[in-house]
Amino acid sequence: MLVMITVESLTKTYGRAMTAVDDVSFTAATGRVTGFLGPNGAGKSTTMRIMVGLTPPTSGTVTMDGHRFADLPNPGAEVGVLLDASAQHAGRTGREILTLAQRTMGLPRTRVQEMLDLVSLTSAEADRRVRDYSLGMRQRLGIGTALLGDPRILILDEPANGLDPAGIRWMRDLLRGFADQGGTVLLSSHLLHEIEVIADDLVVIGHGRIVAQGTKADLLAAAGTLARTRDAAALARAMEQAGLTATVHADGSVRTDASPDQVGEAALAARVVLTELRAAEGAGLEEMFLELTADTQREGAAA
Amino acid sequence: MTTTTLTPSTPTAGPPRSTSGTVAPRPRSTQTRIPLTRLVGVELRKMFDTRAGFWLMASLVITNLLATAAIIVFAPDDQLTFDNFAAAIGAPMTVILPMIGILAVTSEWTQRSGLTTFTLVPHRGRVLGAKFLAATGVGVVSMFVALAVGAVGTLVGSAVAGVDPVWNVSVAHFALIVLGSVLGMLFGFMLGLVIRNSAGAIVTYFVYTLVLPPLLGLLAANQKWFADLQPWVDYSYAQRPLFDGTLNSQQWQQLGVSGALWFLLPMAVGLLVVRRTEVK
Repeated sequence: MLVMITVESLTKTYGRAMTAVDDVSFTAATGRVTGFLGPNGAGKSTTMRIMVGLTPPTSGTVTMDGHRFADLPNPGAEVGVLLDASAQHAGRTGREILTLAQRTMGLPRTRVQEMLDLVSLTSAEADRRVRDYSLGMRQRLGIGTALLGDPRILILDEPANGLDPAGIRWMRDLLRGFADQGGTVLLSSHLLHEIEVIADDLVVIGHGRIVAQGTKADLLAAAGTLARTRDAAALARAMEQAGLTATVHADGSVRTDASPDQVGEAALAARVVLTELRAAEGAGLEEMFLELTADTQREGAAA
Repeated sequence: MTTTTLTPSTPTAGPPRSTSGTVAPRPRSTQTRIPLTRLVGVELRKMFDTRAGFWLMASLVITNLLATAAIIVFAPDDQLTFDNFAAAIGAPMTVILPMIGILAVTSEWTQRSGLTTFTLVPHRGRVLGAKFLAATGVGVVSMFVALAVGAVGTLVGSAVAGVDPVWNVSVAHFALIVLGSVLGMLFGFMLGLVIRNSAGAIVTYFVYTLVLPPLLGLLAANQKWFADLQPWVDYSYAQRPLFDGTLNSQQWQQLGVSGALWFLLPMAVGLLVVRRTEVK
């Protein structure tokens, strides 16, 4: 696994009181989609702005393939960046925005039309001014701008925002293909489901600190089993008797670290009828995400 | 009762997932540093490629033509001289050029396009340098357009009135007018850099050009010490001789001193701040 992006001990403080990013370290590898997950205001965008030099860090370093972003001779041709799709001059047309980027990077003019085709913006749409674009169209244009220079690294901040379900599916396939061809993708989201379907690796951030990171498989493996029954208390008792941990949730489900197999055995022994029994994969990451960020969120609320 | 067998499906369709380490990284393409000429070209394009930008540029030519027509129609025959045409054309130029200078910088912040600009070129000094050159170029070229329009106006005006055209602006005088106009434009550029907000910079510019001079004039009229000091510290006062066509060496020095105070110093501070500030 070849590390492409290295973020080391990144810290950003505003004045004395506010620490937006607190000693953040992580890596993103070639051929993989790394999901940067965290609730709103967790420091995702600040971290990404620091990565591309828009915000100076208080301390820490970021390198892309061993180079500082500012030392790349033609950054757009190596790192495709989309931080905020709405941050464009409202009076320019979509085609003009791509043309400015194409000229800055010194690319052939044909790249502009290629990108418009790739992100499915029609000629009529491309010649409209960005102020008349929907958020979904702006995201498509932004992704087109990021891909324009045929980079090896993509850094995208909430790229799924404003896209319709078909658009989200399209983007997911696009990023998957980009990674499979040897590219490196770092994308942020506060939507668990989105990250869960696309990412290979996860970096979870809450209140400026990394709270978990690893491969999605590892993080999901810890999620355990979800079971439902008409008598949750009885099932929980039965599981504890069998030596399993059990937590009864407000929605009536019982969750545990144990395997579905073990839960089924325990239920059978205690003659408890199960109405649902499955690996808590889908809900697992959400559970973890809420758990991992709950502490920091409480801290934040108390402060 | 029938049994339906569902084929297992995974939440992700599309190409198969890669496993770690199986994908070879794409080779790095060799890149050369973006040349400054290319950046100047891009910045020039940005000045024209919006409706607002286009009409601001067009208004330079339009006001030239209107001012020329007004002189031909309203001025008495003996006033149809080249310097009067130049003065009439120059007045709107001294307002519009600084606006162009301001917006060249502030739109990156006010319209937030700086997010893309400063990511594609993560050297703010280079981007601003390119903007400076592009703005200066536009200023100089537009003055030559004004010169051409004024020359045509002088010819047409004197032909209409049946008098001989009066060419009473020397090359040296014209060069000073160009310098004065470009300095005004760059003052706007500096305000844009320091304030980084279109509305704020434009208001400040008009306070500087319309409110400040009469106040300083009043002060000079009532306070002897300031009357002596004014040419050295009042930048717009020191620029006035440029438009009259002659400067003695003391006036050049006064232009330099007041320019350092009102232009170079804030420009340096603005550059230092911009290089460290956050682009959001």
